[in-house]
Amino acid sequence: MFTMLKNVLLALAAVIAVGSHALAELDPAKWSAVAEEARGQTVYWNAWAGESRINDYIAWAGREVEARYGFKVVHVKIGDTAEAVARVVGEKAAGNTAAGAVDMIWINGENFSSMKRNGLLFGPWAEALPNFALTDPDNNRGVREDFTVPVEGFEAPWGKAQIVLYYDAARLNAPPKSMTALLAWAKANPGRFAYPLPPDFLGSTFLKQALMELSPDREALYRPAEDAIYGRATAPLWAFLDQLHPNLWRGGMAFPGNSSGLRRLVADNEIDIGFSFHPAEASAAIANGELPDTVRTYILDGGTIGNVSFLAIPFNGTHKAGALILANFLLSPEAQAHKEDPATWGSSTVLAMNKLSSEQKALFDRLDLGKAALRPEELGAILPEPHPSWMERLEKDWAGRYSGR
Amino acid sequence: MLRIAPTVAVALLTVPIAVGLLAVLLPSFGYLPVIGGTELTFDPWRRLFAQPALAKSIVVSLTSGLFTTAVALAAVCLFIAGSSRTRIYSWFRRLISPLLSVPHAAAAFGFAFLVAPSGLLARTFSPWATGWERPPDILIVHDPWGLTMMVGLVAKEIPFLMLMCFAALPQIEPARRVTLARSLGYAPAAAWFKTVFPGLYPLIRLPVYAVIAYASSTVDVALILGPTNPPTVSVAVIRWLNDPDLSMRFMASAGAVLQLIITVAAIAIWWGLEVVVRILGRRWLENGDRSSLRGISPIWGAGFMALSAAAIFLGLSGLAISSLAGFWRFPEILPAAFTLRAWERSGPAIAETIWTSLLLGGIAAAVSLAVVTGALENEVRRHRRAGHTAMLLLYLPLIVPQTAFLLGMVFSIELAGVRPGFWPVVFSHIVFVLPYVYLSLSEPYRRLDPRWIQVALSLGTSPARAFWRVRLPLLMMPFLAAFAIGLAVSVGLYLPTLLIGAGRVATVTTEAVALSSGGDRRIIGVWALVQAFVPAFGFTIALLVPRFLWRNRRGMREIR
Amino acid sequence: MTRLQMEAVRISMGGQTLVEIDEEVSPGEVLAIMGPSGAGKSTLLSYIAGFLDPAFDATGRILINDEDVTRKPAEARRIGLLFQDPLLFPHLSVAGNLMFGLTGRAGRRQRVAEALATMGLAGFADRDTATLSGGQKARVALLRTLLSEPNAMLLDEPFSKLDLSLRTEVRAFVLNRLRSSGLPTIFVTHDGGDAEAADRIVLIGTSCAKRGNPPCE
Repeated sequence: MFTMLKNVLLALAAVIAVGSHALAELDPAKWSAVAEEARGQTVYWNAWAGESRINDYIAWAGREVEARYGFKVVHVKIGDTAEAVARVVGEKAAGNTAAGAVDMIWINGENFSSMKRNGLLFGPWAEALPNFALTDPDNNRGVREDFTVPVEGFEAPWGKAQIVLYYDAARLNAPPKSMTALLAWAKANPGRFAYPLPPDFLGSTFLKQALMELSPDREALYRPAEDAIYGRATAPLWAFLDQLHPNLWRGGMAFPGNSSGLRRLVADNEIDIGFSFHPAEASAAIANGELPDTVRTYILDGGTIGNVSFLAIPFNGTHKAGALILANFLLSPEAQAHKEDPATWGSSTVLAMNKLSSEQKALFDRLDLGKAALRPEELGAILPEPHPSWMERLEKDWAGRYSGR
Repeated sequence: MLRIAPTVAVALLTVPIAVGLLAVLLPSFGYLPVIGGTELTFDPWRRLFAQPALAKSIVVSLTSGLFTTAVALAAVCLFIAGSSRTRIYSWFRRLISPLLSVPHAAAAFGFAFLVAPSGLLARTFSPWATGWERPPDILIVHDPWGLTMMVGLVAKEIPFLMLMCFAALPQIEPARRVTLARSLGYAPAAAWFKTVFPGLYPLIRLPVYAVIAYASSTVDVALILGPTNPPTVSVAVIRWLNDPDLSMRFMASAGAVLQLIITVAAIAIWWGLEVVVRILGRRWLENGDRSSLRGISPIWGAGFMALSAAAIFLGLSGLAISSLAGFWRFPEILPAAFTLRAWERSGPAIAETIWTSLLLGGIAAAVSLAVVTGALENEVRRHRRAGHTAMLLLYLPLIVPQTAFLLGMVFSIELAGVRPGFWPVVFSHIVFVLPYVYLSLSEPYRRLDPRWIQVALSLGTSPARAFWRVRLPLLMMPFLAAFAIGLAVSVGLYLPTLLIGAGRVATVTTEAVALSSGGDRRIIGVWALVQAFVPAFGFTIALLVPRFLWRNRRGMREIR
Repeated sequence: MTRLQMEAVRISMGGQTLVEIDEEVSPGEVLAIMGPSGAGKSTLLSYIAGFLDPAFDATGRILINDEDVTRKPAEARRIGLLFQDPLLFPHLSVAGNLMFGLTGRAGRRQRVAEALATMGLAGFADRDTATLSGGQKARVALLRTLLSEPNAMLLDEPFSKLDLSLRTEVRAFVLNRLRSSGLPTIFVTHDGGDAEAADRIVLIGTSCAKRGNPPCE
């Protein structure tokens, strides 16, 4: 019995050795070789699945790459990016360095920073992608920095997001355009505003948005949060929330789970204002019959937080070649235009229009963004995301203050 | 060969649980070498108790376990006491299978939509009865003390307890006892409670404990109906497990052990209540008071039953309407437009997950059926009945909180280097399916007139041949029913599929719950309906196959 | 032609003796065992047939033509059983039931058809057993057992469920058939009329012959 076990282990070791040797040779620069290698693979793409539109888009992308490149994509539906990170972390701890269950993760922010810091990512590879140049990286800091953390090629940009708010113009005349105005409005209309439960990303971003508006020293937010500054910087935020919570939906005793939950509350006429990361979300929801067509989008006067979300490949991904081809496809004008179309998903592109050929640009020009959406010029100032350490502390403190009240 | 069947059954039930519990106990004290924990320490426990609002979570979990069970048991007893041998009784009897087969998550979705302030009930009565033009700001679903969750659980646990009572009642001859008591002058309800209940309760004690365990540790129903801020202990444990900060795993393990303690405490409290009731009850039983409980009318019991069945059926109807709705403004009772879009978009994903669910459930149920049949056949041939210990072991997967031992199983699987996937999930499903298959099959199996086999053997057939050619055909309907129940249980399993499959095995239930955290109510409606009806597949087969096989055999319609 | 012997059979439970019997049944002889309810008559039959519940203790031997079958499993003893209920397998047709105990590959349908004819049930082969009358079922049950070529026959109150008019007729038919087949037959009953039809009667605990000594009460 032991001889058999030993033989099995030796065989296994041999396979792993050969496998990792081959993977180490994977060089994004030699693109056709990568495409060959990818053929027949199955890429397990871990991506948040709380929105059926996004799931449909991912399914579409899977069909496209299968037709063009001959490999399959499986959308591993996760409720939170942290789950995928946890899986990779667990695999590394268990010594699995070449046969990871996760091939690609839709990721940004603190999750990315944590993975990069702990050596959990494969790379650098992103800047070698043929389509990367189309994002005009030299003129768009956003694709090289993730929440102030330098990307350095360890993840490829995929989508742009910016907080926009939406409301039903048939029910509400003049929506509040700043946090202070929001507080006053909530006091006058108790129970008609809500935000998702932190640490949901949208909920946490609401906290960040409020912090940025209310904090005395905005520059400090782009540096790591230090104890000395933290207390003073966040005091206005807690004062704001303490006054806001009793006037929230359900008196602050329950919170919607994520952006779709928030949207449902608007649709059900339980609250009057919703917000989301996707400027075209309202249009898409109208097209889908989820919201009435009197819904309109707007942004706050001081600008709203925006970020870029990325695609990363774990260090131990089994199907890196497929993942690379997939990431490149997702960055292509066809895929980006399809994504921006409110009829499909409505998520803004990371491509720079000035880098596209006229045919490629036409794909975007002919998109009907719907009457609920703001045109790109109307989106106003994008406030870049603060340093991830701020969000970590905010989430912890929020839980300490407002859990179980 | 047959002799190993009971051992296999017991092993399938106990080994995973024992391994799981052990594998979660050690990390809860800091011992998990894989992530660097090599010393035993109380640190994870300290962190656990430093969590904000933990006390509230514990209280909610504990009270929901006890309250749900008490209400469900009371409802069932009132119903049996008041409505035995009436048409309502047999009518409800027939509803039990469909009610039971609706998975917990689907029932919870339906219930959520039914009672929400912007839900079906509110829309039906607004604005004409309630004056609401907008949904009122009342916290119903996700209320902080879990009341909505408890009510939803009660609706689902009533059919389960009823089924267990139906199985137990014939053993104690309730009709004779009640008639006797009534002839002595007791009111019907008192007659039942004084003469039947004391005999019934010991027989359903284990199922009652199972209900306590489920209600205190459920994850899927808690996610859909339970409080969110803070959530119940089980939900919190799963969140901690998925945190990328690996050191949270220690705290998650401590939380899992805490969940186990909570469930054990709930059962212990209940047991204490049993003792109290027994002492006080003895005096009541012997006091000769003919007028006690005279005020209890059959309406109460029947009302409870009707409400619980309505909660589930109306909930499902609400989901059906939602799934076909275009934009549905509050307070309209019906959507302005109907569309098939939600069904079309979900179509391919539905097909795939239904297939996975059926395959998973089919294999788990088939394996369980084979093992259970082997164990029962062994029992019957050796004239040995499963003892009390065996019954306890059988109920183990139903009483130990899933959160607790599944966590440990996940750690063990990672350690063993087994990749998460379909087959480990099948194995984990068998652990839960087997008890139900056994419970469903054992009575019919044992009650089959032994003379059939005696006749077969006396005609010269071997015992094996007698099994295949006589016992199996005669028990075809119970076999298929047990299979259908096993399939239904597997389809409804959420946590095992999620944890052991590591997200790679997508069943109807995992998809439905994943979409529940917000989202398009229409998509939720589609998925919840699909989830509710997949088990019906098994029951349809259980109904149709015998009808086809025995179409020329009138005698097969009633087998004793 | 076989002989059945119950040698010093003693069945007890918890130290208390239930049944004690030492008898021999000749080929073609019909022995009636009588006693009040609960005396252990059916238990005795179970013991002879090989189905004794382990709760009972039993000593003594069962011999068929001097061959000790006490240790053999029930299916090897080839002892036919008839109960109060005909217990025709409901999922099989009449022919299916009859073929159940039939050995040999050749000409099964033929043999069944012939056997049915001898019982006056020609053409019943493919009938659903549920469509038969009480008397017809009893005949099919008997035929089924006879077709398995048993060494002996045990009948457990076989006529008690028949109404009076049928009873005498069926009883005579069955017992004559068994006598002519040369099988030693034991039947258990508490009906006096049944007992009259037997060749000998044994009261549990005592032995008396109908036609011989010592005389019965």
